[in-house]
Amino acid sequence: MVEPILVWRRLVGAQIRSQLQYRASFTLDVLGSFWISFVDFLVVLTIFHNVSRLNTWTVHEVALLYALSSITFAVTDLLIGHLDQFPQKIRDGSFDVVLVRPRGTLFQIVASDFATRRAAKALQGGIVLVYALGGVTIHWNVWRVLVLLASLPSAVVIFASVWVMGACIAFWTTDGGEFTNAFTYGGTSMAQYPFDVYARWLRRFLGYFVPLAFVCYFPVLYVLGKRDPLGLPRVLDFASPAVALAAACVAGSVWRFAVRHYRSAGG
Amino acid sequence: MRLDWEIAKRGWRRYAAYPWATAAGVFTNTIFGLLQAYILIAVYRHRTNVGGFDAADAVTYVWLAQSMIMTVYVFGWWELALRIRDGSIATDLLRPLDPQRYWLAYDLGRAPYHFLFRGLPPFALGALIFRLHFPSPLDALAFLLSLVLAVLVSFGFRFIYNSAAFWLIDVRGVITLATTIVVFFSGMAIPLRFFPHVLREVCYALPFGSIIQTPVDVWLGKREGFALVGVLALQAAWALALLGLGRLVLRGATRKLVVQGG
Repeated sequence: MVEPILVWRRLVGAQIRSQLQYRASFTLDVLGSFWISFVDFLVVLTIFHNVSRLNTWTVHEVALLYALSSITFAVTDLLIGHLDQFPQKIRDGSFDVVLVRPRGTLFQIVASDFATRRAAKALQGGIVLVYALGGVTIHWNVWRVLVLLASLPSAVVIFASVWVMGACIAFWTTDGGEFTNAFTYGGTSMAQYPFDVYARWLRRFLGYFVPLAFVCYFPVLYVLGKRDPLGLPRVLDFASPAVALAAACVAGSVWRFAVRHYRSAGG
Repeated sequence: MRLDWEIAKRGWRRYAAYPWATAAGVFTNTIFGLLQAYILIAVYRHRTNVGGFDAADAVTYVWLAQSMIMTVYVFGWWELALRIRDGSIATDLLRPLDPQRYWLAYDLGRAPYHFLFRGLPPFALGALIFRLHFPSPLDALAFLLSLVLAVLVSFGFRFIYNSAAFWLIDVRGVITLATTIVVFFSGMAIPLRFFPHVLREVCYALPFGSIIQTPVDVWLGKREGFALVGVLALQAAWALALLGLGRLVLRGATRKLVVQGG
């Protein structure tokens, strides 16, 4: 178990060092990533320029959802965002190389890149988190701290599972990359807002089936001590880690199934 | 003129060659449209009118904007920048047609493809789920004219920010920044009508409002008579100004262009 982590650290360390060689480009990239993620939050602020609440949610409460969704998505993006370029590996046949090396296929793909500039998105989420925590009243206790802390890795695992399953589409068609975007980038956008604004059918499909409601909606309800406006059982507030585990298992199976299906383009 | 037509056809075919990419894009636009529509509907639980938009206007805006994303090419356009970076621009400059005219013809072939195949399907899906506002025949015609002008304004701006590649080795930061500005100040991310009054008027006056918000306003019948002529004239003026500025930039760049390698 330790050995893959050491290998990953060496591979990713090399990536980071190479990216830091071009300082000017790197700085511009980081600023670009920072600004583009900031636009989403300007939208939240613009909405609350016009209304003081969105359903029962104040601007700071929505900011808390926004911050948790953005930070955990940014971490996922940092770790595996290069899966977006995965269809290219299938198209040009370079996935063949991955198959003959003595490491897991998914591990090799994940360790093949690490876009350090994406850390800027997490920084932006962090700033919004400070803003959010400054404006909400939370009666902290051990359980609330635990639920909040557990929700962070759970959210990353949920996003990552969705991303891996989305990338599997490339085994069947290499120009369907945008399908995946709907669930990854669309997923973080959806999780930035309270789920009670969405129609019931959309909540069922993207909130529970694709378990985006467990990214931050349920944990935040618990931490804020808010009653679920939808009246769902309170046990769901604690379900994020279990849902994340289940999502990871499903994603792993789908990936293994897809790899077995792979036929080389002959590159 | 015949040459421009042939280039335009290439622009169309380049995108028509990937039907799965088109289908996937329609799906993604639809998902984002759904999210945005329900968020804006939640706003209208507390308000009946925001900046002159009622709930039906806002939901119609959502689907129009999602449908126009690709037609006016809101997100990063790199094609010129990539040709400058890898030196192919040298070959382009030897051709008897200047790069701006070439890419403009290409873009005017691309845009109708995206309008029909990336624009109509998400709008039709949106119309199945929500009650949308449909224009009078005259407003529909004015919308089409406004949309063509929006493509020209957008192209004029894209050509300029791509030209930054003549001076910078890595233009990714510039293109990201330019894209962000367009997404927010065109009304793509949220209607300009939701902005504070002064900011809204500034965005309408700048070229960005001409790219998304103005065609949407025209569709919704928010601009009639002289006001309609006024906004269309503003769009045309920005299109000419940006294309003219693009020419100047290109002339300045080619005077100093050095292509590395062979």
